[in-house]
Amino acid sequence: MLANIDSLMHGFTVALTGYHIMLMVGGVLLGILVGVLPGLGAPNGVTLLLPLTFSMDPVSAIILLTSLYWGALFGGSTTSILFNIPGEPSSVATTFDGYPMARQGRATEALTYAFLSAGFGALVGIIVITLLSSAVASFALRFGPPEYFAVYALAFASFVAFGGGAPVKTIIALGLGFGFGMVGTDTVSGSMRLTFELDQLIRGISFLVVVIGLFGLGELLLTIEEGPEFKGASGRIDPREMFRAAARMPRYWFAMLRGSAVGVWMGITPGGPTAASFMSYGIARRTSRNRDNFGKGEPEGVIAPETADHSAGTAAMLPMLSLGIPGSATAAVMLGGLMIWGLNPGPMLFLEQRDFVWGMIASMYLGNVIGVVLVLATVPLFAAMLSVSFSIIGPIIVTVCMVGAYTVAGAPFDLWLALAFGAVGYLMKKLDYPLAPLILAMVIGDKAEDAFRQSMLSSSGSLGILWSNWLAGTLTTLAILFLCWPFVALLLGRRSAAEVAITPAAGHEENRA
Amino acid sequence: MKLLPKATLALGAVLLSTLPAAAQQSWKPTRPIEFVVTSGAGGGTDVFARAVQAAINKHDLVPTSVVVTNKGGGSGVEGYVYGTGAKADPHKVIFGTNNAWTLPMVAKTSWSTADFTPVAIMAFDEFMLWTKADGPYKTAADFVAAARAQPGTLRMGGSQTHDTDQTLTVLIEKAAKIQLKYIPYQGGGQVGVQLAGGHIEANTNNPSESVGGWRGGQVKPVCVFRSEPFSPGPKVTETQGWSDIPTCASQGIPIEQFSMPRTIFLPPGVPAAAQTYWADLFRRVSETPEWKDYVTRTSQSGRFVSGDEMRQVIQKEESETREIFSEAGWLVK
Repeated sequence: MLANIDSLMHGFTVALTGYHIMLMVGGVLLGILVGVLPGLGAPNGVTLLLPLTFSMDPVSAIILLTSLYWGALFGGSTTSILFNIPGEPSSVATTFDGYPMARQGRATEALTYAFLSAGFGALVGIIVITLLSSAVASFALRFGPPEYFAVYALAFASFVAFGGGAPVKTIIALGLGFGFGMVGTDTVSGSMRLTFELDQLIRGISFLVVVIGLFGLGELLLTIEEGPEFKGASGRIDPREMFRAAARMPRYWFAMLRGSAVGVWMGITPGGPTAASFMSYGIARRTSRNRDNFGKGEPEGVIAPETADHSAGTAAMLPMLSLGIPGSATAAVMLGGLMIWGLNPGPMLFLEQRDFVWGMIASMYLGNVIGVVLVLATVPLFAAMLSVSFSIIGPIIVTVCMVGAYTVAGAPFDLWLALAFGAVGYLMKKLDYPLAPLILAMVIGDKAEDAFRQSMLSSSGSLGILWSNWLAGTLTTLAILFLCWPFVALLLGRRSAAEVAITPAAGHEENRA
Repeated sequence: MKLLPKATLALGAVLLSTLPAAAQQSWKPTRPIEFVVTSGAGGGTDVFARAVQAAINKHDLVPTSVVVTNKGGGSGVEGYVYGTGAKADPHKVIFGTNNAWTLPMVAKTSWSTADFTPVAIMAFDEFMLWTKADGPYKTAADFVAAARAQPGTLRMGGSQTHDTDQTLTVLIEKAAKIQLKYIPYQGGGQVGVQLAGGHIEANTNNPSESVGGWRGGQVKPVCVFRSEPFSPGPKVTETQGWSDIPTCASQGIPIEQFSMPRTIFLPPGVPAAAQTYWADLFRRVSETPEWKDYVTRTSQSGRFVSGDEMRQVIQKEESETREIFSEAGWLVK
């Protein structure tokens, strides 16, 4: 550990040059922009910048790209909170309480919570990387298909009981999510599923397009119907409100630590930032003292997913460098970059490319501090957008959504898809179907399916493989316990019967599906 | 820079040779060029296209800008579909592998290989048999013996289904008369890590996909699917270099040669002049130090093939693959 701190100090000497700090500021600013615009996410941003880095030296290149990623992770929660439109997939869970807060006129407060807790999560993630890099890397090697399946099952189980609506509606939403996630080429059998012989469906339905449709366009339709104004758009921008919110942050120390722990876990295993934010929200909702207030504008409901999202994003850099496993879509693009710069990810990278690895880790500290400062500086600006008349901001949002949907894959077909999902989103909201289970099912459904079928292939069909070692066994058992938790709680008589009636049904149906 | 005069000469020669036929028109890009990659960002084909892009930028080989876009959906089908949509547009260049002719065999596609205009094969990526560094199989012969002793239990990992890794696995099973359990994953990097963690017994990764794990003492190559070992080069680990790895044929897996071409195509119906322009341009790219560096670093065999020779390679590979696929029951049509 001491040696790692020594290396980190060396890293700072690499990262702390005027040129690198300039790259960080530029990267973070671009990232915030990319993050704020739905569809144009961090993977696209990094891909666009990649050619620029060919002529740079690898440390500078990775500093630029990672800074952009941090910026995007910060920026993604802005539109989630203000307009109920997630700028990044990993900030979907931030809408659940962030948007209600904004509608109550607490936008500044919600944004401040989101950014500060994201910064806190990032810091925890980086500290873990700094101190435990070698231990964590060898731990990640233990993950084979059954372990992956168990990780996804656990993330799923910790969130799924969160359906506030009727259990049947939750199940339908889940089923739709799994269905949409299935479209395209199946990894295990290699065959096309649900493509209806349409070329456009071969690559599957992009999760981003679905989010843009369901949340962005669906929300707009609803707003138009309810009266063309954003409620809570008092236009009151008081910088002092930011400081007051910041001063209240320490009160949520436990929520932040819990969120960071979930995030680091999901970043390393790697389950990815999106699943991490859902899982963290689910756990917070279930264990918090304020659980009854979740979904109605509870600060903890913003803090939990944001800390997890950002700590997962930073922690995922470790398996990327030491093993070459991308923990997120963005990390996958960066991995390609590594190969082009002539670096091979692997355990030797830490020994042979000390400047690169530790320079990058040191830059993560700085980049995230710069990120928090810059993004907080934008709060008044973005909060002011709420006071702009809907007749101006509405069309802008539609344009941004459509441009975003097109950018995902450069395919005109996605525009139609986004419109269709907009209509679906509107109907689902009108009929009180929860959107969150659909999104979660899409995010982890196909990965969990792959992992499950790979496990079954290697065990020749025996479910025992899910308990074949302590790691997989513990995770699987925990997942089942989580799913059954409402039953257990009923037996212990700790929860009201009404609350319990909803959740177990949703959980168990899912378990069988 | 020494290369430039040679390249100019080559260009001159090509231009001269095409003069009688196409004296009326030579083609050159007038709009931004799009390199369509039939894999996701970070995949082998992506790195290939970006290495070409980097060499072009460095030496200013084309008059307009070059953008790389990833269309890797459906194992690359997306990229070729996009290519057919760009009919007769020589500003779209499609980067792929043998997936240009294997995909239409295993999936119902709206295009066939013959639709596209072949431009060049720039390199051949090699395949090796890998086992876990501290595992029980020290040599490929050990592995074959173990597989023969317990048929159908040793796990062989690979990327995707009905793709090159699984094809090679089928060939290994036939050649060594053994049975393995094939488990498909998303990509070579993941397959490498699964081997390092002991979740599979072997894989057939390309050298560049697992060199990091080899140097880090996690996995080791036990044989190479070439007719002869790699030519001597610098050491990769403390004690060994690529040239120290024996051929698979010498280890009881009689497969003389198995490699994956890195291919470049143009959309259907482009003018012949454009085809010539690109073939010549990529030949010049293949002579740049940047390209040579990429080929060495990724341990591929750099061999430039274009024109009729490329057609022959495709034809040969296609009929061989079709035979294997039909025997394995993978063909869709």
